[in-house]
Amino acid sequence: MRVALFVTCLADHYFAEAAADTVRLLRHLGCEVAFPADQTCCGQPAYNAGRLGEARRMAEHTLGVFAGAVGEPGDPAASDAPAAPDGPAATDAVVLPSGSCATMVKKFYPRLLAGGRDTAPPTALADRTFDLAEFIVHRLGVTELGSGLAGRRVAVHQGCHALRELRLETEPAVLLEGAGAEVVPWEAQEECCGFGGLFSVKMTAVSAAMADRKLDTLPEVDWVVSGDGGCVLHLDGRNRARGTGVEFVHLATALWRGVAGDARAAEGSDVAAVRDAAEAARPLEAR
Amino acid sequence: MHTRIRDYPSRSSEIIRDDPGVRDAVTGATIAFDQKRLQGYAEVDADAWRRWAEGVKSHTLTHLDRYLAEAETQLEANGAEVHWAADAAEAREIVMSLAARHSVKSVVKGKSMVAEEIDLNPALEAAGIEVYETDLGEYILQLLEEEPSHILGPAIHKSLQQVQELFADRLGSEPGGDPDTLARAARRVLRDAFIQADMGITGGNFLVAETGTVALIENEGNIRLTTSLPRVHVAVVGIEKLLPRMADLSGFLQLTARAATGQPIGCFVSLVQGPASHPDDDGPEAVHVVLVDNGRTDVLAHEHAWEALRCLRCGACLNACPVYRQTGGHAYGYVYSGPIGSVLDPGLLGLHEAMPLPFASSLCGACEDACPVRIPIPEMLLEWRREAQEEGLTPWKERAALKGLASVATRPGLYRLAGRIGSRLGATGVARGLPMLGEWAADRALPQPSRRTFRELWRKGIE
Ligand code: SF4
Repeated sequence: MRVALFVTCLADHYFAEAAADTVRLLRHLGCEVAFPADQTCCGQPAYNAGRLGEARRMAEHTLGVFAGAVGEPGDPAASDAPAAPDGPAATDAVVLPSGSCATMVKKFYPRLLAGGRDTAPPTALADRTFDLAEFIVHRLGVTELGSGLAGRRVAVHQGCHALRELRLETEPAVLLEGAGAEVVPWEAQEECCGFGGLFSVKMTAVSAAMADRKLDTLPEVDWVVSGDGGCVLHLDGRNRARGTGVEFVHLATALWRGVAGDARAAEGSDVAAVRDAAEAARPLEAR
Repeated sequence: MHTRIRDYPSRSSEIIRDDPGVRDAVTGATIAFDQKRLQGYAEVDADAWRRWAEGVKSHTLTHLDRYLAEAETQLEANGAEVHWAADAAEAREIVMSLAARHSVKSVVKGKSMVAEEIDLNPALEAAGIEVYETDLGEYILQLLEEEPSHILGPAIHKSLQQVQELFADRLGSEPGGDPDTLARAARRVLRDAFIQADMGITGGNFLVAETGTVALIENEGNIRLTTSLPRVHVAVVGIEKLLPRMADLSGFLQLTARAATGQPIGCFVSLVQGPASHPDDDGPEAVHVVLVDNGRTDVLAHEHAWEALRCLRCGACLNACPVYRQTGGHAYGYVYSGPIGSVLDPGLLGLHEAMPLPFASSLCGACEDACPVRIPIPEMLLEWRREAQEEGLTPWKERAALKGLASVATRPGLYRLAGRIGSRLGATGVARGLPMLGEWAADRALPQPSRRTFRELWRKGIE
């Protein structure tokens, strides 16, 4: 399967390693990953602020960049066409390591661009776009990732868009458990962390109080894992300011640590050893 | 109408900082309500019920003129009087003139958000009329001279201990009584008030056009008494409360109760059609229904906002809302708070008056999932935000920042350059460049940009 990575502006700049782990994980699962170089921001900050003109420009830019990724899955024309190594053409899917930005492309682009422009139709891209966990579970059909996370206690923060727009209610937990982790129930698991982009800037006190509610109810865990970088930045920012002292980990990184052999990947020391461990953990048919 | 909506940012932070008991009380109570709702929904095919209810309400709003006329005809045939109030002042005047006409000295009230909306109590009191709130929560707030902070549980922001202290102080109840003891203490006072009262004033959950029936849902029995004991009953009802047929009512009574508290139905349902038809019958001699517009026809005419008129005032969206839970309703500065307030208030009061409520949301979507009539609150908030941007009601810094983002994000070369610069500047450097981050950083450790952007890692090759 050929996949175009839409890294998202946030992960590009604040979660570069988690984005790299996304690539490692996808390759490990047998995908060929392309990175269309002209991609930028999906436009959600402007969309959520009500600045639809700006949001539309960014959406159209993004649709243009990923226009090649809209062929039928498995369609030979889509997957066999010669493509520039980093080009978007001829990929089966667009994958984002962010539930929120995936929602922007899948749910909000069609709304935003209703009435149509002359770029690729937003609904065609919507159908080929996946949040990382959604892609692994539903498109690749993979839920077993070895036991590299055995002994790890993790709590899952579910980003609101992934949860309530994409209805990815169990996927992150299924994958973490599939990598051997123990997912500890968390009273506030499905509650919003208070990020909300502009919201956290405009209503800082309420936003921080929302993060506090999450942190105050957190069970004893090694990591808090989320598929949304925005939530992680916000929660971890508050976490570090209060000194709550738990580690926040992007889902891609958590899963890759599991796949690659937890300890070595966590220390990030020996790349070759990590790769070997990953190879060993890889399902046979994918080798 | 004087509101304090504009102060939302400062009032919300004051409440969080200075009055942490509010956050604790509201969070605890709303989570309990929300869990009961989830249970109440789980016992039935809630999605089908909600779709049905959405359809009935939307249909009714689309033909509101017809159903209002039908309701008026039926109410009059039942012997009730119907009064039309275009705004809050007219509604107050109507009630005041009814009080004068019926020589009213004392009033008992059931919980009514419309009565709050039209500021009825101060007007009655200014005319020398005694007013008793008879809903326990409202009664507590009347003693405290506070406004309701939740459309269903008006005193939700108070702890049990605060009520114990209040009742010990004002009603001489034993210190530290359980909720039943406290209710008994209030009942002693209110029983006399019911017997003395010349007029009972309530709202109305529904008005059935076909039969001219005002339906009221409650758990305490005070509304039943308010509508039946005094000589005169006045129901103050928003014009959006219509239902076409009696056959629709049963479903709505059940759905409202499940959404509000998870109950299969309220403990008391009162159906008021008109005065007692014979002097020996129970019930008031006169029944008046005051139909209040007060901005509702403007909302109805609005392309997006009209859906807010489906609202049943069940409070489920407040209970589900993580933003509301941090402050309770007072921070919002108007009777309708929480998610529904943030989409309804701009319609009722005008967007300018209701700023910045459309922005008082993280758009998490929990409200929409809870709402029994499927009001698409997050989408509506976005529509209000769009209007606010178009009308220039947002800070210029914010507009400039987003324009800047769009022009960088549509020029890949520039975008790559900006990203590289950001990663070299580090957290504080980025914060200095983005002035809006200043306040954000007061409560949080600054996020650290990655030392190399992802695209730099990609170019070097990811192993
Ligand atoms: S908007 Fe929906 S959930 Fe909120 S009070 Fe109204 S009916 Fe209930």
